[in-house]
This record gives sequence, C-alpha cells and structure tokens, in this order.
Amino acid sequence: MDALIAKNVTKVYSEHKALDNVSLTIPEKTIFGLLGPNGAGKTTLIRIINQIINSDSGEILIFGEKLKPNHIEIIGYLPEERGLYKKMKVGEQLLYLAQLKGLSRKDAMARIKIWLEKFEIKDWWHKKVEDLSKGMAQKVQFISTVLHEPKLIILDEPFSGFDPVNAQLITEKILELKENGSTIIFSTHRMETVESLCDHIALINKSKKILEGPKKQVKEQYRSNTFLIEHRGNHFTLPSEKYEVKSQTRIEEDLFSTTLKAADGIKGNQVIKDLIDITEVYSFQEKLPTMADIFIGLVKADGDDALRKHLQEV
Amino acid sequence: MNKIWLIIQREFLTRVQKKSFLITTILVPLIFPAIIGVLVYIMKKEAESAKADTVQVVDESGKFVFENTKRYNFVPLSLSIDKAKDAYKQTKDFALLYIPPFDINKPEGMVIYTKENPSIEKVGGLESILQDRIRDLKLEAYKIDKETLKSLKVSINLKQINISDTGEEKSSNSGILYGLGFVLGILIYMFVLVYGIQIMQGVIDEKTSKIVEVIVSSVKPFQLMLGKIIGIASVGLVQFTIWIILITVLSSGVLGYFGLKMPQKQAMEEVVKQVGDEDVKQAMDQQNQQINEVLGNLSQIPFGKIAFVFVFYFMGGYLLYGALFAAVGSAVESMQESQQFQFPITLPLLIGYFGLFMFILRDPHGPVSFWLSIIPFTSPVAMVGRIAFDVPTWELILSMVLLIGGFLFTTWIAGRIYRVGILMTGTKVSWKVLAKWFFMKS
Repeated sequence: MDALIAKNVTKVYSEHKALDNVSLTIPEKTIFGLLGPNGAGKTTLIRIINQIINSDSGEILIFGEKLKPNHIEIIGYLPEERGLYKKMKVGEQLLYLAQLKGLSRKDAMARIKIWLEKFEIKDWWHKKVEDLSKGMAQKVQFISTVLHEPKLIILDEPFSGFDPVNAQLITEKILELKENGSTIIFSTHRMETVESLCDHIALINKSKKILEGPKKQVKEQYRSNTFLIEHRGNHFTLPSEKYEVKSQTRIEEDLFSTTLKAADGIKGNQVIKDLIDITEVYSFQEKLPTMADIFIGLVKADGDDALRKHLQEV
Repeated sequence: MNKIWLIIQREFLTRVQKKSFLITTILVPLIFPAIIGVLVYIMKKEAESAKADTVQVVDESGKFVFENTKRYNFVPLSLSIDKAKDAYKQTKDFALLYIPPFDINKPEGMVIYTKENPSIEKVGGLESILQDRIRDLKLEAYKIDKETLKSLKVSINLKQINISDTGEEKSSNSGILYGLGFVLGILIYMFVLVYGIQIMQGVIDEKTSKIVEVIVSSVKPFQLMLGKIIGIASVGLVQFTIWIILITVLSSGVLGYFGLKMPQKQAMEEVVKQVGDEDVKQAMDQQNQQINEVLGNLSQIPFGKIAFVFVFYFMGGYLLYGALFAAVGSAVESMQESQQFQFPITLPLLIGYFGLFMFILRDPHGPVSFWLSIIPFTSPVAMVGRIAFDVPTWELILSMVLLIGGFLFTTWIAGRIYRVGILMTGTKVSWKVLAKWFFMKS
C-alpha cells in the first residue's frame, strides 16, 4: 500500500500559485526525497499534508484514506522553522508535545525515557531548553517528532544544526525507523543526503512536479551513455559515427583520462572491446548523473530536452 | 476538546510556577495593608506626641479672654511687649502673641513671635480663634446675643430615597455608589489590559521561538488561540482571588492590631467624655443616626448581584479584548512592532475608562452612560461602574447579550487573522495585510 498519494493538489495564494496540480505517490516503508529550490512549493505541500493549511483543490490519501483530522496522530512533523518552549523543561516539553499528538501521559512518559536513553541524555529531563546548545535542542526536537511512533514522518532539513557526529546519529535513527516500518518524507537541499538515503525522489520546481520515481530509475532515465576511461597513450582514433570524445586530460606522463560519449545502442562491453584493440585500458566506468546534476540541470534548464543537453555537457 | 484542555493546563501551569507570579501574588496584597498600617501608625504616634503648644499672650486691647484648647495653651502676661519679648526668648514656649489696642471694625497690628517658622496650620488655628472672638464682639456691638446666634446655625443632610416603578422606596447613598463604581470600573480596565498584553506576549513568544508550526501540526490554530486565552484568564482569576482574600484578611488584621473603631465614633466619644454637654450628646445621636443610615444603605446595595455582574463583565471584557490581543500578537514579531496595533484596539477600552469618570459616575442614567454601558467594547468598564446605581434589568440583559455576541465576533475575526499570522514571518504587517489575511480562505 502507498503511504501517501497526492492527486492534482493545487493551492493558490492571492499573488501566486504555490502548488499547481501536483500529484505524487509515496510508497510505504521508503525514504522519499522531496526536492526543489527555495520557494518551489515544498513547504506548502508539507503543510497541506499536516493539515496546517487546506488545499484549494485535489485530494490527499494517507494509507488509502482521505486526509482527516485524526491523521495527525500518525504523522510526525519536523518543520524547517522549528523551536521549543524556551522556559520549559525538556521532560515536560516532550510530555506536552506527545500528549498533543494523542498519547496518554503514561505511555508518553515511558517512551520519553526510552528515547532519552537512546540518545544518552537521560539526565536532561529537568534541564530548561534555554540552557541547551543548538545541537542539543535539535536532539530534543527530533525525539518530539518521533515519540508517538508515527507511520509517516516528515523531516524538513533535518540535519541543519547538527555536527557531523550527531548527523550520523540521526541518520542511524532514521534508518532504524524505516526498518521498523515507518515511511519517511525528506525535504532537503543537501544532495549527498539524497544520494545516500533516499529510495524515491520527486522534484518540485515553480509549483509544479517535474520529476518523480525511484532514485535508481531516475538516474537510469538520465544516463547519457557516457563513459569515463583511464588509459595509457592517446594516439588512437575511434570511428566518429559511433563515438564522440567529450574531453581528455593528462593525469601523468602518458596516462590519460577520457570522457567518451557512445552513440545510442552501444553498450559498455562494446566500448571496452573497441578500446582494448587500440589502447591500454586502466579503468573503465559508466558516468551516471549525480542527483545534484539532475537537480541543477532540471531547475536551471527548465525542460527535459534541455536537461539532457545539460547532462551531456557536465 | 481534550487538546484545548492540555493547552489551558500548560498555559496555566507554566505561568503559575514562575517566581514572578509568586512574588506579585504575595507582594501586591501586602502593599495595601502595609500602607494602611504605616499611615495608622504615624497617625497614632502623632496623636500621642501632640501636646498643646504654649502661647504667651500680651493683650493690650483687653478684649480677649482666651480659653485653653486641645491645641493651644494660653498664658496671659501683663508685661509690656518689649519685656515680654525678652522673657519669651528665655522660655521654650511655642509663640508670643501680641495684640495691640484696636478698633473692632479695623483689627490690625497683631503680631506673632516665634523661634522657628511655624506651620501654616498652627498660625491659621490662632487666626481663626482671633477671628471668632472679633466676630462675637461685632455681634455684640450689633446687639445680637449668643442664643439668637446659636439658633441661626442650621445643618441639613438630605436623605436620599429612590422610588422604583413598583412604588418601593429604597434609601441610597451616592457617595458609596460612586466609590464602588469607581473601584470596580478601574479593576476591569486594569485586568483586561494587563492580561491582554500577556496573551499577546505569549503568542509572540510562540511565533519567535518557532514552536508554533510544531504545535499547529497537532492542533488547530483556533484551539491553540482559545487555549491560551482561557489559560491566561484562569491565571488572572486565581491571582485575583488570592489578592482579594489576602487583602481582606491582612487589612482587617492590621486594623484589628491597632484596635481601631470607626473614626467618627471614636472622636465623638472622646468629646462626650470631656464635656458631657447636652448639645454634644444630641449631636452625637444625630451622628449615630447617620452612621446607621450609611450602614443601612450598605446593606441595601445588592452585593450578590454586583459580584455576579462584575465577574461576568470581567470575563466578557477579557475575552473580547483577549482575542484581539492574540490576533495582534500573531501578526507581529516583537512587542515593539505591536505598538502600532495596540493603541487602536485599546482605544475603546480607554473611552470606556474616561467615560466612567466623565459621564457614568456623574450621571449614571444619562444617554452617554446608557450607550457606553450597552456597546460591547466599552460596556465591561462602563456597566460595572454603573451597576451600583440600579440599572434597569432590560438594559443589563441587553448589554450582556451584546457582550457575548461581541466576544464571539472578535474571537471569530481574531481566529481568522491568527491562523494566517502565526505562520507568516518577515512580512511587513499593516492594516491592509491584516484585512487580506482575514479574507483569505483556509
């Protein structure tokens, strides 16, 4: 079953369209990267899912059910603009937020203890939030997001404010949550996170969804049949109807690195075959586009064909 | 509903647990009894230490016969003024009064010699004694005897009686009613302002600490707003109740400690002890009768009704303005920025406040007073100030219904602005922007 389906969601503010007919499918138990430049409409979509605002048209299904008020109890939301009550103690604060999500006081108490232990911050219960560092407060904030064991977790730039050690810790917890059956929507600009964590992605630009699918498939979709070869000696010619040398650089003495674009239909093995006869091949790999390439290309190029062109140029 | 309850609890507990709450709750009621205590203490001390001042008199006119009073002890001297002056220097007496021979139609040349600058009060006291004596001399000159003079003195005290439509007669006392209206009206004004600003501060804090988006992903913005308003109201009610109890207990404790009775009665008793004159007794009876009348009037004031009306307008006014304060808080990002909106929304409250002094307490049943106590924005202060003056029931009911409608109306408006405002940051807010938010569909 899909964790979330958005059908033709549109939201218009007086000056502009924040979301234009956006449809998405987020499969269960995946980490879904919701990508897009600032102001593209990601936050609007997330707020609609959280029922903070309503869409003008279209519908949202959560685990097959039309979005309704009690769904907030199965959603955990970490907004980009986040904070805590500064004067409240950590324990009380978590207790309050968990109860607002529908947990009983007793259950909340037990779970808070477990999570504080997980993060090795058991003795923070009586600390006031204003006395915590930014990173410490972020940990508390993360706990408050997942305390009610939501089936759908929405994280907006979850790593901002964390040092690398804590970012690693949070990554582990996110993967753990996925293992335990949660679906995670990730909204971020950090492409290395997308590259390493996300199973599925969608790209929103100028209020419209312009790309969606499993990460692997997206990358496949934009492969340009370009190969990166390291070889010794550069005195060879390839048949120009089959190959195009995009660039060539000298690494050392007569060791060269060449980017080669093969014509459609020519597979990697064929390329190797053709090369072995004329030069000494040191390494060989297909150059797949990175998520950053695709992201920047699509956003900048504003169109699929233009993107392909862009990708061939990088 | 359950969630609003959670919010109310949080708003209440976090405020009540603050040290500042504890301090103001205990200190404010201590201030009143402390002031009363200090004043009473000083007054008693002064009364004890006040002995009569000795005044030496050189009366060359021979027209005066001085009787000692509580304040002055007169010592007539039969010396020349120059010798008297020399002698006075050797004594510790308060003053030397010199009265030269004079024409009663043109009394001049009287001098008082003192060692220090005497207070106006003391000089005035002597002057009035001299004036009285000269007036008596003049009356004698006009052949009017003392008895005739006495019978000329008249004292009138109008007894106030209200006749209601049913012909029932009730005596009243506008002084007490004035005081009651004055105090109650000001209390409401202060309560609405102080706690309204607390609501605004709370909303601004939530917005600037950015917790608000986390909260509104769990509850509706309207629930959050309502929870906050009710939570702070309960803080106010608790604080207020504690104040009233503490002030009552402490004040009566302080008064009891100094063993005070009604001041007038005490003074009268003393006079009677001293003289035992028939006239004075008569005067005292009259005084007693007046006191009884005042007490009688007090018992006729419907305190139960006033208390109910007070609590009703207390809450109604608070809810009406509280919602507006919440809306302003949601729109701005600092207390400073809130100034431009604060004044316009508190203006009607201010009008009610000034109306209390200018119209309601002076002319409680005039047309301006009527309208001020009917219109929901001014009625919390105005009606409470007016209620002691017997407001017709239909006016009271109309005003109450309008107040309920009024706060439902402001809460509705505020809710619409609030739901958009709390999620908006970095917007330059103006009245136009607020209007746009209000009309924005959800």
